[in-house]
Amino acid sequence: MLDIRIDSKFYGAQQVLGPLHLHLKQGEVVSLLGASGSGKSTLLSILAGLDRDWCGTLQLDYAPLHGVHPAVSLVFQEPRLFPWLTVAENLRFGLPSSDDCGCDVELLLEETGLQGLGQRLPKQLSGGQAQRAAIARGLMRSPRVLLLDEPFSAVDAFTRMKLQDLLLRIAARHQLTILQVTHDIDEALYLSDRILVLPAGGGPLRGEFSVPAARPRSRSDASVLPLKHRILDLLHLSEQAA
Amino acid sequence: MSDQAAIYFGQAAAHAGQSAAPPPAPTRRRQLPRWLLGLLLPAALLAAAELAVRAGVLAPNLLPPPSAILETITELAQRGLASHVAASTLRVAVGFTAGALAAILFGAATALHRPTHAIFDPTVQALRAIPSLAWVPLLLLWLGIDEAPKLVLIAIGAFFPVYMGVSAGIRGVDRKLVEVARLYRLSPSQQARQVLLPAALPAILTGLRNGLGLAWMFMVAAELIAASKGLGYLLSDGRETSRADIVLAAILLLAVLGKASDGLMLRLEQHLLAWRDSFEIPDHA
Repeated sequence: MLDIRIDSKFYGAQQVLGPLHLHLKQGEVVSLLGASGSGKSTLLSILAGLDRDWCGTLQLDYAPLHGVHPAVSLVFQEPRLFPWLTVAENLRFGLPSSDDCGCDVELLLEETGLQGLGQRLPKQLSGGQAQRAAIARGLMRSPRVLLLDEPFSAVDAFTRMKLQDLLLRIAARHQLTILQVTHDIDEALYLSDRILVLPAGGGPLRGEFSVPAARPRSRSDASVLPLKHRILDLLHLSEQAA
Repeated sequence: MSDQAAIYFGQAAAHAGQSAAPPPAPTRRRQLPRWLLGLLLPAALLAAAELAVRAGVLAPNLLPPPSAILETITELAQRGLASHVAASTLRVAVGFTAGALAAILFGAATALHRPTHAIFDPTVQALRAIPSLAWVPLLLLWLGIDEAPKLVLIAIGAFFPVYMGVSAGIRGVDRKLVEVARLYRLSPSQQARQVLLPAALPAILTGLRNGLGLAWMFMVAAELIAASKGLGYLLSDGRETSRADIVLAAILLLAVLGKASDGLMLRLEQHLLAWRDSFEIPDHA
């Protein structure tokens, strides 16, 4: 589905990514872990088309992917809602008209638990509601790939759990391929089909793990504990190497 | 029920009995409306001036009592004060509009285009440092003594604060919001209209407010030198005829007009920036 080949990505003289080859399958939920500075957010920027200063190729269903593409959407760490627009206007942002996107704002608001809040300004939302609105905006153009850059890191633990479940429901309903960056191993284990560990300073993946637990998962599933320890050890080694 | 529990419930019942008495009605402090609070200081100053002059502490030819200034204003009102006020207000309106429009265009151009900024901004910053009065002889030489030099001087006064507001406002827009606009494939002109302009609006409106204040000041400078109508002319006329009451009447009117125009601008700002999640000073702070 989405084929990613990064030969190299530099910041000045410092290589941050590559050589790296990833392949994401349709409907797959993949988490990216790695030490700070391992280029996780940079990789999402590249995939979203925001960063074009890199070497390599991207293919979506064997067709080259250049720059920003409506099939690939990105939800940032912060909601990044435009404060002067209402929630509904934020969702419609950048679309010629609400009819052209094939999406129903009200439906998406309902799906993300924001029914009745469409006319509110971002300042009238809680942190969790704002992040839900950001996810709803990310879904407005009916993307096939949803990229998430630590989307739940700024909300409290209870809200985070609710948002994680929301994400899983949305992924299943829209048959979305999800690639998310996270620092939370428990979150990665709960959400993901696969977990990838990026090295610091470029190079191939340090680790690639399939999560053995079946869905729906329990947050206290003990069967994933050995995997959690392996990933933790790997991250610890990466941190030391960095 | 254990003894301890009995004691506990006994105490609770006692508390319940105490709390059953009607609570005292909350004392609500009476507060003056904000606009009235704003009038307190000028009213106090005027009253102090009135008393000081009447008590002979201040010479009435240098500081006429407010009651005399009020009489002068009434007298001037019968002798065409409205035409002076209208002339000054019109000059400020035209000069400010021209200066602000030029500043918005110029500020946006320098903020959005790096080479334009590199070429023009240092010169604009240097020109900004020139005092208003330094422009007057040059404008009189170039444009004569009609309306043109006055309007240009007012426009110059309004230009710089608005330019600074627009330029700094656009350059200070959060990169992350622009990134969202890029993600949704907005063209540069759409980005400017839908993201940069609204995000820079707080700074632009502050610039406009400062520019309007300076426009009133530059209007006085312009009218002091060459005018036969306007509040600046009244100031000059009062000085030449040693009528401190006329000078103070003109100053008072300038203060009222300046405050009124700033109040309108403030209302506009509050309306346009209602979306801002800004700090509000609590009334009881």
